[in-house]
Amino acid sequence: MSQKLFTGTGYLTKLMMRQNRFKLFLWLVGLIAVTLATAVSYPDIYPDEQARAAFVFTMENPAMIAMLGVGYEDYATIGALFAHEMLLFTAIAVAIMNILLVGRSTRADEEDGRVELIRSLPVGRLAYLNAAAIVAVVTNVLVAVLIGTGIILLGIDGMSAEGAYLYGAILGATGLVFAGFTALFSQLSETSRGSTMLSFGTLIAAYLVRASGDVSSEALSLVSPLGWTVRTEVFVENYWWPVYAMLAVAIVLGLVAFYLNAIRDLESGFIPERAGKRNASAFLQTTMGLAFRLQRTNLIAWAIGIFLLSASFGAILGDLEVYFTDNEFVQAFLAESGDTSMMEQFIVLLMAIMALISTVPVVMAVMKLKSEENKHLTENYYSRAVSRSRLLGSYVCLSMIVSFVMQALVAIGLWSVGMVVVEDGIAFDTTFASALVYLPAMWILMGVAVFLIGIAPKATGFVWLYVIYSFVVIYLGGLLEFPEWANNLSAFHHIPQIPTMDMDYMRVLILVVIAIVLTVIGFIGYNRRGIQG
Amino acid sequence: MPILKATGLTKRFGKFTALDGVDMELNKGEVYGFIGPNGAGKSTTIRILLGMLKATAGEAQIFGKDVWKDAVELHKQIAYVPGDVNLWPNLTGGEVIDLFMKMRGAPNQGRREELIERFKFDPTKKSRTYSKGNRQKVALIAAFASDADLYILDEPTSGLDPLMERIFQDCVQEAKDAGKSVLLSSHILSEVERLCDRVGIIRQGQIIERGTLDELRHLTRTNLTIQTKETITNLDEFVGIHNLEKEGHNLSFQVDTEEMDAIIRHISQFGIIKLESAPPTLEDLFMRHYQGEEQTSSGTGGSR
Ligand SMILES: Nc1ncnc2c1ncn2[C@@H]1O[C@H](COP(=O)(O)OP(=O)(O)OP(=O)(O)O)[C@@H](O)[C@H]1O
Ligand SMILES: [Mg+2]
Repeated sequence: MSQKLFTGTGYLTKLMMRQNRFKLFLWLVGLIAVTLATAVSYPDIYPDEQARAAFVFTMENPAMIAMLGVGYEDYATIGALFAHEMLLFTAIAVAIMNILLVGRSTRADEEDGRVELIRSLPVGRLAYLNAAAIVAVVTNVLVAVLIGTGIILLGIDGMSAEGAYLYGAILGATGLVFAGFTALFSQLSETSRGSTMLSFGTLIAAYLVRASGDVSSEALSLVSPLGWTVRTEVFVENYWWPVYAMLAVAIVLGLVAFYLNAIRDLESGFIPERAGKRNASAFLQTTMGLAFRLQRTNLIAWAIGIFLLSASFGAILGDLEVYFTDNEFVQAFLAESGDTSMMEQFIVLLMAIMALISTVPVVMAVMKLKSEENKHLTENYYSRAVSRSRLLGSYVCLSMIVSFVMQALVAIGLWSVGMVVVEDGIAFDTTFASALVYLPAMWILMGVAVFLIGIAPKATGFVWLYVIYSFVVIYLGGLLEFPEWANNLSAFHHIPQIPTMDMDYMRVLILVVIAIVLTVIGFIGYNRRGIQG
Repeated sequence: MPILKATGLTKRFGKFTALDGVDMELNKGEVYGFIGPNGAGKSTTIRILLGMLKATAGEAQIFGKDVWKDAVELHKQIAYVPGDVNLWPNLTGGEVIDLFMKMRGAPNQGRREELIERFKFDPTKKSRTYSKGNRQKVALIAAFASDADLYILDEPTSGLDPLMERIFQDCVQEAKDAGKSVLLSSHILSEVERLCDRVGIIRQGQIIERGTLDELRHLTRTNLTIQTKETITNLDEFVGIHNLEKEGHNLSFQVDTEEMDAIIRHISQFGIIKLESAPPTLEDLFMRHYQGEEQTSSGTGGSR
């Protein structure tokens, strides 16, 4: 009996591997390349004791702890510096990869009717989920082994073999935990959107809980799986318990998912369905209204997530200040660096990162049009009296509203909490300006999406590569000493960083013009091409 | 004056030619049947007529307007039902019907309620839970609730039960009585036979036959069943007799229309007791083209 449940797993695993191989290849190459390139550069960045002392000093401030996790007691090796700066964010990237991979191979395939076809064949009831689980395990093992081996092969002093394998293993284990969460949510929720949202929600919650836990109480931090990730003290103490604990959690999540999958009906979930409306509201009957309605839950979730993230950074500002005023060394340092305070520099970095995070829902809002076309839903508009420009225009408008709302939430989140915790308060107008100044760069990314939708509809996915590239430039551009032209490719690099820099209207205007040109070309292309469905 | 006129429509997807010089004319108040095997190019033609695909060559006008350039203006007068209705999973059927009517302009709530009633449709459920036939009903209700001048229907009844199929046919008849025009693509040949004034048959992207049903029948054979007093002789001398089956004094065969006269004269010498004649069904007609296709090619690939 139990054997029968899994019949056909081998065949399905091969099929799933084939379907995902290109995406997985890109993910693996990206993860490994970024990790190894960064690892190589560390001995050069921190060549002597003095440089390391400066690093340790920076990392001990609460803002950095919230962002990257509690540091080490003692940064005995260069590996510790590397791991502290890279581990958490790489783990998050691995988690995102797992959420997307497992989400697609479970609920999304089911929603699109592929699982139904498969299940009509002599294939066991659990075979599809089982195949997805195997693909996830193989992928994460590859992440662990390749990154571990890669670091060893680099032969860097201060990055031991055990540390290297632990570094890889904890990445893979974190990935498996989120693969497990996604598999579970795919059973609970009836839609792929719902399951992906719950999974990303869990990831964001895990990050926030760890951030506040790391600053306030260790016990709180241990509630979050990401709190375990940063407690490996890799390259120094090399604690393996977080890896085992995570594997255990992943197995439990997986088993629950298997159980729920076995007892539920195909294409149903456990979160119940309410009776719906008989008529469409006036708002829904506008194209904009429909575009919003289709993404409503998703956008609201992003708005809440971004507000919370920004507010929790605001909460750190208070600690940051206390930390700096108590510290004579910093006082001296601040005096030296003239009129830009540490806090302002922190806000600048924060705003750049928050702007990039806000860009994700902005780009998603327009890209929805392409996914509608892929599902043959745009034919519902174009067989009626709706013009291409009107529909694309609605999505562009929605996307611009989203960009404004998200950035406003970033500013409000940071300012409202910052107000309370910082003694002198922080200026409302500068905070707002420093957030809103990023809008033109976000519009360029939206413009790239529109451009691709109009001109190269098969290659729209490339806009996400550009988003990731922009993120790499901001987060690692300085560290990896990218040449200036490489930095210049990112639209975000050209934004004047308020408050440490002055507003530069000319630059911003040029960015806006680029965004408009991209968007207009996209519109022209979209009006000329055939619609797939 | 035709309301729909397509000349030389050609569509290539990369190297593959899906349509190869399709001509089509549809007059006001007429129901036009558009039939052909899977992958013949029916949906592709219809998508070009709706301005969703751009023809590689050729042109088409509806109500004298270009289907690509004036698509939006045109669609205010056109109602379309695809064979595979895709709906937004998290909206209810009722919401989607409202949306569709609003997108065309001039929604008619009274007609909407009447059709929901006639098609026995529950508009309060989420679209994701609808069966194939129920999704089809959403598009049908939205189409017939709107006051269009031209209905373009691409396998509109796929998945409908026979009762609902009947209601659909009533709706088309009502539209026709009101002077509306209909382009109906369908694999249900009895439906086409009952509803359509003229028929076009497409195969491998080319229209191979067109005309009124009578005209098409003329090109083909009539089924005859005959009983005579005496045994018929010399029947082999005639050309134009097919599928002959003999059983004592009972005969059945198909006869080419142009040979009919001579053969009946010959048979009447033997003392006719019983003579039944049946016009060829559309299916007979169609089968000949299907079989023709099997002999000339190994098919053109999947649908859509
Ligand atoms: N976007 C596309 N790219 C490539 N080939 C296509 C595309 N759309 C349709 N085709 C091909 O064009 C041909 C005609 O397809 P079409 O959908 O018009 O057939 P059809 O007559 O509607 O068939 P059916 O009766 O199965 O609905 C098919 O061979 C199909 O594979
Ligand atoms: Mg078709």
